[in-house]
Amino acid sequence: MTEIHNSNWKLRKGQIIAAKQMTATEKWFDIKLDDGDLDHEPGQFVQVELYGVGEAPISVCSSPTKRGSFELTVRSAGRLTKHMHGMGKGDWLGIRGPFGKPFPVKLMTGNDLLFVAGGLGIAPLRSLINYVMDNRREFGKVDILLGCKTPTDMLFGDEIKDWQKRLDVNFSCTVDRTAPDWKGNVGLITSLIPGVTINPEKTFGVVVGPPIMYKFVIAELLKKNLPERQIILSLERHMKCGMGKCGHCQIDHPKNYYCCKDGPTFTYEEVKESKKL
Amino acid sequence: MNYHILMKGELDMFVKKLSKKMKVYAPVAKGFSNFAFEEVSSAGEIAMEYIPTILPPKKYFMPPREKMLDFDLTEGKPKDTANLDAEKLAVFAVHTCDLAGIQCLNMVFSERPRDYNYLLRKENIFIIGLECLKYCDGNASCALVGNHYPNGGYDLFFTDIGDKYVIHVNTQKGEELVEGMGLAKASSADMAALDRAREAKKHTFQNEIGVDPKKLPEIFAKGVESPVWKSVGDRCISCGNCTNVCPTCYCFDMADTVNLDMKTGFRTRTWDSCQVEPFATVAGGENFREERSARQRHRYFRKFKYSVDKFYRSFCTGCGRCTRTCMAKINLKETLTSLAAESK
Repeated sequence: MTEIHNSNWKLRKGQIIAAKQMTATEKWFDIKLDDGDLDHEPGQFVQVELYGVGEAPISVCSSPTKRGSFELTVRSAGRLTKHMHGMGKGDWLGIRGPFGKPFPVKLMTGNDLLFVAGGLGIAPLRSLINYVMDNRREFGKVDILLGCKTPTDMLFGDEIKDWQKRLDVNFSCTVDRTAPDWKGNVGLITSLIPGVTINPEKTFGVVVGPPIMYKFVIAELLKKNLPERQIILSLERHMKCGMGKCGHCQIDHPKNYYCCKDGPTFTYEEVKESKKL
Repeated sequence: MNYHILMKGELDMFVKKLSKKMKVYAPVAKGFSNFAFEEVSSAGEIAMEYIPTILPPKKYFMPPREKMLDFDLTEGKPKDTANLDAEKLAVFAVHTCDLAGIQCLNMVFSERPRDYNYLLRKENIFIIGLECLKYCDGNASCALVGNHYPNGGYDLFFTDIGDKYVIHVNTQKGEELVEGMGLAKASSADMAALDRAREAKKHTFQNEIGVDPKKLPEIFAKGVESPVWKSVGDRCISCGNCTNVCPTCYCFDMADTVNLDMKTGFRTRTWDSCQVEPFATVAGGENFREERSARQRHRYFRKFKYSVDKFYRSFCTGCGRCTRTCMAKINLKETLTSLAAESK
């Protein structure tokens, strides 16, 4: 028997230091690692191991500018996430990562930014939005467009109120289905794009949402003459290993992309020929 | 160049001496033209003439089920350790197609982040190849991918030249073994016999589909929307046999098991198959390769297109196992022939 000290399957140990139910299906966790900072970049993900249950890839929703702990927002969608919703402050879990190619923050410096988030897409995008907020003077105009199913599905409500108040950010949101006390926009997120002024030469559009959303949002951005390589997406796949080996997250032709290693962030130019985004 | 000789009558001595040093696994006849790599201790148990085994020697490098991590939850904060029990062993009489398969896996698992379980197992495995002088059966396509001749990947390599084997010694470990057994050096007559055997193979083995292998990646690039995939998908029953028997399929799944004490447990890696329906499904239900045709196309692309782009080599070794094992008679040579015909 040999012990493999440098095994990439070994887990970092994280303790939940705060947790909050955000909506009926989403729960937020603040996690502190016992070996220091996660040391991630906006757009990366971690593998969360619930001992005895298994592992799942979850996007980090906090910015690396926040030190000491990192945050995850988890939708109860499968066996592991359902179990995780039963966990709270003081509970331990295993963490591998961070994994994946982050959003190209260096390339974005000096440019205008248009963030488009649909549903839970706000979670990975929040790691970048908060990074930009904390380094606000490095970037040009910032627009945030947010879409969700109903007003009660809206995540990070307190922060959204702050974005709405800030003068250095243009924020708008829309819901698919309204509620009695909702005074905002009703309709799909695509309906917000025509109202945004874009300088295509110096704007990055960052789009994160469910697969169905990409096709329509990208079409709107292309109408605004945004170049394909300035449209950045974060794709969802089942990354089981995070190391470009297990095969589950491989994206269909024409390229040999593993979502966990070559992504999850891609330019539209890189993945436009794929059947499903 | 270092070549030695083993008389066929001495094969039993060779296997016995080798099995004293380490466990020896070799092809064994299982009836109905099926063969399997199993532990042997004498030459009599070995099928020196065999068609590719049911499972390739991949099973020794990446076991079908393998423990990757032990964990202990006795105290509040979990503990884990990665232990590996990799015995020293020899695989004997490995055909050139399967040597190529191991070389493919070596590339995959040594790419960073590295897979130390695989790499440590590999270090403990002594590989002895065996040359094919004729086709195993009509399902092979080794000449198409250039694997009918040895391209390295072994410690020792046996070629039958009549009443004896010429052994090519490729590594220091191999040298020590043959020297230790006192095997004679090959004479110039033996070398001439080896050359003749190799020369004869040029006629025996011919590109099986008559398509330039260098053109295959381009043919695949053009054939993304080919009706071939629908035809293959219509027949496929998503059993995953083709990927399980493939010497270069390495996709896997991970799972946790809790011991009966409810305090300790382990994580295992198991072979998985891109052909099974939930393989590319995410929580929430979205399946990124829902159609059988898309999954079959994916399998072929991983052998002939993606691997060539990434590793500069075909991940089809030409062994023919996927065709032999397919219950729906999906035939690799036919698929390639149809695809190539379309792109003309």
